[in-house]
Amino acid sequence: MSEKIIEIRNVSKSFKHVQALSDISLDVNRGEVVFIFGPSGGGKSTLLRCINRLETVDEGEIIVDGIRVTDAKPDLDSLRAEVGMVFQLFNLFPHITVLNNITLAQELIRKRDRAEACEIAMNLLKRVGLPEKADAFPDQLSGGQKQRVAIARALAMNPKIMLFDEPTSALDAEMIREVLDVMMVLAQEGMTMVVVSHEMGFAKAASDRMIFLAEGKLIEQGPTDEIYAHPKEARTKAFFDQILY
Amino acid sequence: MSESNPNSAYKRKEPGIVPVSTRLKNLPWWALFLLFLGVLLVYAIINRENYRDAFEFIAPGLQVTLTASVIAFAIALVVGLIMGMGRISSNPITYNIATFYVEVVRGIPMIVIIIYVAFVLVPLVVQGANGLGNLILETNWLSFLKGFGTTMSTLDITQIDPLVRAIAGLAFGYGAYEAEVFRAGIQSIERGQMEAARSLGMNYFQAMRHVILPQAIRVILPPLGNDLIAMLKDSSLISVLAVRDLTQLGKLNRSRTFRTFETWNTVTYLYLSMTLLGSMGVKILEKRLQSGEAITTSINNVFRQLRQSLTRKQVID
Repeated sequence: MSEKIIEIRNVSKSFKHVQALSDISLDVNRGEVVFIFGPSGGGKSTLLRCINRLETVDEGEIIVDGIRVTDAKPDLDSLRAEVGMVFQLFNLFPHITVLNNITLAQELIRKRDRAEACEIAMNLLKRVGLPEKADAFPDQLSGGQKQRVAIARALAMNPKIMLFDEPTSALDAEMIREVLDVMMVLAQEGMTMVVVSHEMGFAKAASDRMIFLAEGKLIEQGPTDEIYAHPKEARTKAFFDQILY
Repeated sequence: MSESNPNSAYKRKEPGIVPVSTRLKNLPWWALFLLFLGVLLVYAIINRENYRDAFEFIAPGLQVTLTASVIAFAIALVVGLIMGMGRISSNPITYNIATFYVEVVRGIPMIVIIIYVAFVLVPLVVQGANGLGNLILETNWLSFLKGFGTTMSTLDITQIDPLVRAIAGLAFGYGAYEAEVFRAGIQSIERGQMEAARSLGMNYFQAMRHVILPQAIRVILPPLGNDLIAMLKDSSLISVLAVRDLTQLGKLNRSRTFRTFETWNTVTYLYLSMTLLGSMGVKILEKRLQSGEAITTSINNVFRQLRQSLTRKQVID
């Protein structure tokens, strides 16, 4: 049951003069929902981006589903097809329709024919509640709708892991809910998820484990209920005091 | 605001409101005057012996000028795309080769580039081909390439048509400018697009082809159109290679007839017709490609045709 799907061992990384990550070690089990939180600039996004090698690490190793991501030349393309990623700014492809946003990589990478790819895309659009937007262009959607399409686009590749990089940070308040709802269903279905976010409500409702990252260091981690109710470290307590009203 | 655009819907509803003086002021007088000059010249060509003679002598140059420009521009686009991608490559070898080419070529006047390519680079390539051909002929185990080797070793510099050298020169020169256009276009697309494409499992070239370039083309279409027109004008420089383009035929006609006015009026008129029609065409194309879907479709068409022509060629071989 608790089979490790992501292993992060002693990872360090610095940008010019800033130590973004220092000596982070962390495992994620299959089917687990891990919630990473902490102050801005604390290295949360960097850690997430190292997992599918949008960033390289300076030291340490990361193994995702048996592939050593930190090798000089890992099998990146097959790795990335197994790891879906959702970005803060959605990054939908603006020059093609919503439907084609979801079918493009299916046809190119998964080698599905057009009809099959479209069927999968339409099913996913129904799941995220936007079947009527199939022929719209991304610019015609609201932020929340864009993010739901982005989730559908990532899911179309049948990833084993989903990474969420502040998926609601660029959204208006009334659109956050619709995105979190989709993520909640995903979590209940048993998807392995690593979520970087400030949505404490989502963490409490959906995540198995919480990880507090500040100044590039892993300060504290543990089961969600425990961390939420009784954080041990002073730094974590201070952060909660800052954000909880 | 309404004054600068007399054709707006608001104005059309109540035309009586616009004073006649405003309407007169807003007419494109420059275009009307140009049209008037054009009509005058057409009239002269039809009715005046001197103009007709000049026109008939010079007009065949149109075909040469157009052929040279269009072929050279097509090659420059391919060179530009490759070199432009080299300019943003993280591979130091690719980056330095591309940057060397761009910086060197952009620092040399076009006419010098054309002369240099025609009389230095092309002969060098021919010499290289000769050497390769001789090598093939002298090497026993390459005897199956004998036909190719013979062709290569007997290639003679005088067999290379000046027009071919001219096209090579223009394409070599403009490739550097197009490289910068492509580089800027690709860099104008936000980083997240590449990251999203890569995170879906696409490799670098798939992401370029399906995500980045279709968006970049919309950005770079206006500068590309400008460069095509500039190429049409700069193609007059190939007259230094005695290629019989518009300019060269103009020079020949003047020394043949000593009719300076008629000759250069006709040459100017023909160039202007091409460039003005060309910029109109570019504007129409820009409008048609405004929607992203149209660009994606046309790119897909180009690739399909390329693939088809490649497979067809293999069947013939």
